[in-house]
Amino acid sequence: MRAWLGKLSLSMSILFMMVWTNQAAAGEYEIGQNKKRFTVNGKKVDVLRINVGDTVRFKNEDPFYHGIYSVSDISTFELGAFRKGQSRSVSFNKAGKAEIECAVHADMYMVIEVNAITATKSVNKRIQAAQ
Amino acid sequence: MDTAATLHYARRLGSVALGSIITLVASMSQASQPDPYLRPAVVPASSDNQFSQARVELGKSLFFDPRLSGSKWISCATCHNPALGWSDGLPTAIGKDMKVLHRATPTILNTAYQKRQFWDGRARTLEEQALGPIVAETEMNGNLDEVLERLAAVPGYVKLFDSAYPGEGITKNTLAKALANFERTIVSTESPFDRWRKGDRNAVSESAKNGFKIFVDEEKGRCVLCHQGFNFTDNGFHNIGLKGNEDPGRFAQVPVKILKGAFKTPTLRDVAITAPYMHNGAYNTLAEVIEHYDRAGEDKNEIPDPNMRPLQLTSQEKADLVEFLKTLTGRPLRVSVPSLPQ
Repeated sequence: MRAWLGKLSLSMSILFMMVWTNQAAAGEYEIGQNKKRFTVNGKKVDVLRINVGDTVRFKNEDPFYHGIYSVSDISTFELGAFRKGQSRSVSFNKAGKAEIECAVHADMYMVIEVNAITATKSVNKRIQAAQ
Repeated sequence: MDTAATLHYARRLGSVALGSIITLVASMSQASQPDPYLRPAVVPASSDNQFSQARVELGKSLFFDPRLSGSKWISCATCHNPALGWSDGLPTAIGKDMKVLHRATPTILNTAYQKRQFWDGRARTLEEQALGPIVAETEMNGNLDEVLERLAAVPGYVKLFDSAYPGEGITKNTLAKALANFERTIVSTESPFDRWRKGDRNAVSESAKNGFKIFVDEEKGRCVLCHQGFNFTDNGFHNIGLKGNEDPGRFAQVPVKILKGAFKTPTLRDVAITAPYMHNGAYNTLAEVIEHYDRAGEDKNEIPDPNMRPLQLTSQEKADLVEFLKTLTGRPLRVSVPSLPQ
C-alpha cells in the first residue's frame, strides 16, 4: 500500500510537472498593426511560425482602427474593431496555416504557420536534454 | 544607411569635413523624400498588361462603344461620363431599361491606384473589374460571347485588337485588358493643392490651408484616419452611418461583422465635380458631407465606425474644410470622343 501510494505520488508529481512545464512552454507573440502592415518588432512580417498552444497578441499601433480576422481550416475568428493601443489575443490550438487579414484594410495579409510540436513533446525534449 | 547612422559613422572617423559633406547629402536625401500627398511619378500597370498606345486606343474605343451592352445603347461612358467627372451626376446609377440602381456610379478617376475595385471591393484589379458591369443584368446586360462575336465582325476592331495584343485574338481576356489599360490613363491632373504642396504659397487660400490642417488632425477633423495619401483613401471599407443604408456592402464579400454596411473609401481627387456623394448619393454638396461627419453620421443603430465621433467643428472650420476639398480638383483631362471602329 505504501509502495502504491509512493508510485501514485510520483505519477502525480510528474503529471503536475508536465502540466506546469506545458504551460510554461506555450509561447506568446505580439504582432503589431503599424502603417497598415503586420509587424514584429517594428518590421513587416509576412509569415510567423509558432507552435500549437501558442498565443498571438494583435496590437494596433496605428491611429485608426483595424479589424483582424481569419477564416482558415485551423482557426476562424474575428476580433472586432480595436483602436490604437488596444490589443486582442488568439490562441492557436491546431497545426496548419492561418491566413490573417484586416477587414478594414483589405491589403493587410499575413500567414501564421502553426507547427505540430505539442507542448508534451517540448516537455519530453526538455527532459531528454536534462538527462 | 539612415541619417543618424551615417552621421555616427562620419563622427567616428573624426573628420569634420566628411561629416559636413555627409550632413549635406543626408539633408538632400531627406528633402528628396517623396511628398505622400503628391501623385507618384509612375502610374502602376499590370505586369501582363503594360501600357502601349495601341492598347489605350483600343480600350478607349471599347469604353465609348455601346455595342458592348445587350441593348447596344449603353456604353461604359454612359455612366462614367468624362463631362461629369467620369461619373453620371446622379445619386444612384441608371441601368438597363432606365431602372434606377442602388449604388452611385463611382468615378473611375485614379482607379489605377486603387487596391480594390467596385464600392464593395469585389475585384482586385481593373482587369477583373472591367467585364463586371458589361455582364451585370441590371447594368449593361451584355452576353460576353455575343459581344465578342459582335466585335469580331467589325474589321476595325480586328485590326485594333491585333495591333494591341498581337496573336491573342478578341477574347474576354483581351477585352478586359484593353479596357483596364485605357482606364489607367484616367488620372487626376495637377490641382491647386498640388501646386501649394510644391511651394506655391498663393495656390490656395488661407481658408483652404486651415482646412487641410483640420483634415489631417487626427483629433479635430479626423478625416485623415480614412482619407490618406495623395489619392486620399486608405483603400479600406467603413460603415459611416448613412441614414437608411440597408445595403450590406463589403459584408456580402467578406462576412465579418464590422463590414456590415461598409463601403470603400473613395478618392477625394476632383471631388468638387463628382457630386452627389457617398455610395448611395445621399448628399449633394461637400458642405452636407462635412455636416454628416461633424455629427458622426445619421444611423446610430448601425455598427459605428470607431474612426467617427462628433467633431463639434465651428462654422468657419467646416467652411475651411470645404475650401480645402475644392483645391483637390484639377483641370479636367482633355478627352476626345473616338470614332468607333466599323
